[in-house]
Amino acid sequence: MPVEIDIAKVAKLARLALNDEQLASYGEQLGAILEHAERVQAMATDDVEPTSHPLAMTNSFRADVVIPSLDRDEVLSQAPDSVEGQFAVPRILE
Amino acid sequence: MTEYEAVIGIETHVELQTNSKMFCGCAVDFNAEANTVVCPVCLALPGALPVPNASAIDGILSIGAALSCELVEHSLFHRKNYFYPDLPKNYQISQYDVPLCADGHIDIVADGEPFRIGITRVHMEEDTGKSTHIGDDGRIRAASHSLLDFNRAGVPLVEIVTEPDIRTAEQARVYGAELQMIVRTLGVSDARLEEGSMRFDVNVSLRPVGQEEFGTRTEVKNVNSLRSMYRAIEFEIARQTEVLDSGGTIVQETRHWNEDSQRTTSMRSKEDSEDYRYFQEPDLLPLHIDAAWSARVYAAIPELPAIRRSRYLETGIDMVTAGVMVADAGLGELFDAAVASGADPKQAANWITGEVVANLRRTERQLADLPLSAEHLTQLDEMVSAGSLSATAAKDVLGGVMDGEGSPEQVAQSRDLLQISDTGALTTEVNTVLADNEDAVDKMRSGDMKPLGFLVGQVMKATGGKADPRMVSELIRNSVKE
Repeated sequence: MPVEIDIAKVAKLARLALNDEQLASYGEQLGAILEHAERVQAMATDDVEPTSHPLAMTNSFRADVVIPSLDRDEVLSQAPDSVEGQFAVPRILE
Repeated sequence: MTEYEAVIGIETHVELQTNSKMFCGCAVDFNAEANTVVCPVCLALPGALPVPNASAIDGILSIGAALSCELVEHSLFHRKNYFYPDLPKNYQISQYDVPLCADGHIDIVADGEPFRIGITRVHMEEDTGKSTHIGDDGRIRAASHSLLDFNRAGVPLVEIVTEPDIRTAEQARVYGAELQMIVRTLGVSDARLEEGSMRFDVNVSLRPVGQEEFGTRTEVKNVNSLRSMYRAIEFEIARQTEVLDSGGTIVQETRHWNEDSQRTTSMRSKEDSEDYRYFQEPDLLPLHIDAAWSARVYAAIPELPAIRRSRYLETGIDMVTAGVMVADAGLGELFDAAVASGADPKQAANWITGEVVANLRRTERQLADLPLSAEHLTQLDEMVSAGSLSATAAKDVLGGVMDGEGSPEQVAQSRDLLQISDTGALTTEVNTVLADNEDAVDKMRSGDMKPLGFLVGQVMKATGGKADPRMVSELIRNSVKE
């Protein structure tokens, strides 16, 4: 059973500009994935512990120790534009 | 006219003052120059991987424990996806359905009434960078830009969410103050509202009194002080009441508290309802807080404000005075030490919350800079009890001690404030005055007590005001009776 999906909304949330052709084709592909997910969901998994991570490990931490940061000029050399040591981006309207 | 009841819930963000950030080793330094404490992880450069800071986890667990939460044994990090330039990864690492701490509460007294506020959850996340827009500081060169400083990106951030249990602006204010004291007592954050290391978002809705169902709520942001929170809530209650009374409906929206106009105004509402597409953070392992870890957290919790407050109230001091010494840990410690070395609690509390606080304010000093020790307060108390200092003179002496003139003894000596409370010396003075005023003595012997005041005055004059007037009066009465 194909799964209905609002592909335009998904694209918008991910800030992807898709044309009609792409919307149709990706919609179909994503639908197939969701169809598979539905089949899995239908299985009896009441006694199965949910997998929260592929590795059977927990608690990988670092000690609260400061290490040197990057050089600012190097950091900003990767920015499209910078002003007074800050990244400059198109004005955010809100 | 319908009578409404306000339903209020508060979300509080607290920046933890760890040495390093939540997921990388960059320093947590709010005074650093822009973009100087950043690295591949907090700038989201390709391939960089986050590793959680163990101290930050300890910090959030201590907040959860202090709020009587369950410390959740198995917990997870999630990605909260949204696009905004101060969020370099395009997602914020946060927690979703299994926060580290859940189902707590906090007990408070507001408007003289005790009440309990449920804590829904306390979860761990990371702070965003700081953006500056034109108009914020008027820099012309930035006119067409928003500027981004990522020093704050990745600073450990704890979010504390209450149940919608709060009913009045005053309850909200007291909750905010208590939470701030708790966080400071735990030593995990300086929780400064004006600097943003503690921030409140307040949800307010109204419902007719007696109705179970909640009304539509608005969320108020940008309340930068406890007073602003109080006023913003009062404003929202009044605004919503007016809308409802005139037959209108409340729009669910985010509103901005404007400090200058003392009003909330609607922020541009988003076209779509928010959809953060939460999913589990694949770069981070699940968290397992075992019994040993929880036990370590509980064992490290210091005396919390509520416990300190009730301990102070038990010594007989009033609620307001106790509150001052609970709110300022330094004052509380001075009080505890003074009482421990033998000072009367009420006397010590009055001096600390009166003269000491006033002196700090006037001289703009910190308590640590005052040449005043707990022992000084105890000595001062002993001098007053022994009658060698009057209550008024004691305040002078305390002022001298705080001005660095030495111990209470030394100040009392050098300022010539000691009272004569030695019975022998006073009896001599009293006898001289009585001998010089036989008429007055005769009057008193015949039962007319009017001259007593005059006679006391004469003794005070003869001693240069240094006699203990209570004792003089006592001595005169006794000798007249003989």
